Order: sequence, then C-alpha cells, then structure tokens
Amino acid sequence: MIITNIEYIPGKEIVEHYGVVSGSTVRAKHAGRDIAASIKNIFGGELKGYTELLSESRDEAMKRMKAQAASLGANAILNVRFSTSSVAAGAAELYVYGTAVKAV
Amino acid sequence: MENLILFAVLMTVGYISGTILEKHHLTSIREREEQMVSLPTIMLKKPLHEEGIKEVKLVGGSVVISIDYFKKIVASLANLFGGNIATYETLVDRARREAILRMKEDAKDASEIINIRIETSSISKNANRNVGAVEVLAYGTAVWR
Repeated sequence: MIITNIEYIPGKEIVEHYGVVSGSTVRAKHAGRDIAASIKNIFGGELKGYTELLSESRDEAMKRMKAQAASLGANAILNVRFSTSSVAAGAAELYVYGTAVKAV
Repeated sequence: MENLILFAVLMTVGYISGTILEKHHLTSIREREEQMVSLPTIMLKKPLHEEGIKEVKLVGGSVVISIDYFKKIVASLANLFGGNIATYETLVDRARREAILRMKEDAKDASEIINIRIETSSISKNANRNVGAVEVLAYGTAVWR
C-alpha cells in the first residue's frame, strides 16, 4: 500500500476514490512511565518512554487506517494527516486520516 | 526551611543537568544536521521534477523532550512579568530539529522529502502530577528516484 501526504502519486493515475479512511488509538501513559517522567522533569532531557509510546500508538493507528483502506479495495492512501489530542487526563488520542484511492 | 533547602537543591540540580544535557543534545543535533544536509526537505506539495520517480512513501519522526526544574521555575516567574521565555524557546527548538532529523534518518537514501508538516503538542497537565514535556512530530513524503 502506498501512503503519502501529497495529493497524488507521481507517475501513477488515480482511477477511483473511496473517501476518507482513518485510524485512531487512545493510549494511557502507565504509572511506571509517569513516575520516571516526573523524575526526568527535574533533570531535563528526552523522555524515551513517551517517545516510544507515542510512536507505537501512531503505528497502531496507521495499521487500522490501512486495514480500513484495504477492506474498501484501495491500494493507496493520499493526503495523510496526523493529529494528537488529549481526551482525558493522562490519556492521549492519536488520530490519522487520509483519502483512500485506487491507483494504477 | 527544609522546603527552601530542597528547592535550592532542585534548582541547582535542574540547572546543571539541564544545561549539560541541552549542550550535549545541541552538539549532536548540529553534527547530524551537517551529515544530513544533502537530503533536501521541502515544504512544497510537488517534487522538484517528476522524472524518474520510483517510489513515494510517508516518513516521520517524533520526539518527546522534558523540561527541567530550573526551566520550569524560570518560566513560571516569566509568566508573572510577561515577555519571551527563552528557556522554553530552546526546548521547542531542540525538539523540532530532533524530530526533523529523525524523519530524515527514516529516509536516508531518499532523494528528497516533500510536503513536510510539523506538529507540536504538549504533554502537560496530567492526571494529578504535572509532567511538563513537549512532543514534536515531523512527517512528509519521501521521494526515491
């Protein structure tokens, strides 16, 4: 599956549109990481645990979006956007969306 | 009195470790930026030219960087008087540059990365504790020729 955040695929033609596909995950930061993070808040530096957590969740959201596109019969997703919001205290929602198309 | 001592200790520890970590990080960012300078990152929606494009793919990089105690206190003081919070400016600057570098490292052998988007979110105001950190995600479409 081809995924881009531009509006077309260079060298290919889009033959069919399937509309918006999206995937999202809501992840809570677990307590252990939170304690480590609050200690790190004194010293500064990168919060590796959070970096990992967020990129894992984003991959999961991407996977869900891809699955949705595949079930529609698409072979590419264009104009993909990411968005992050905090829904509840201590939880983050990662949302990814794009347009599913068939390209040949 | 004890609280005051604890405060002073936290300030000093935060200042020293924060400064060291920041210097370290900035040197590493500068070095890697020099290495990756040959890979153009473009905000335009179209590649420089259309010929010979073999593959396009979404690439991205993200990083979460924490504040330190010293920065936090300085920022809360600056909140009283207004003006720029220089200690936070360097923090987000570092995070952005790091995220862009990670995105570039994700597509080392690409010929360019187009339509770059940078998104910043703060991971603060947690359930009961305040975890002060900034997350930056950089993403774009890598083009292979």
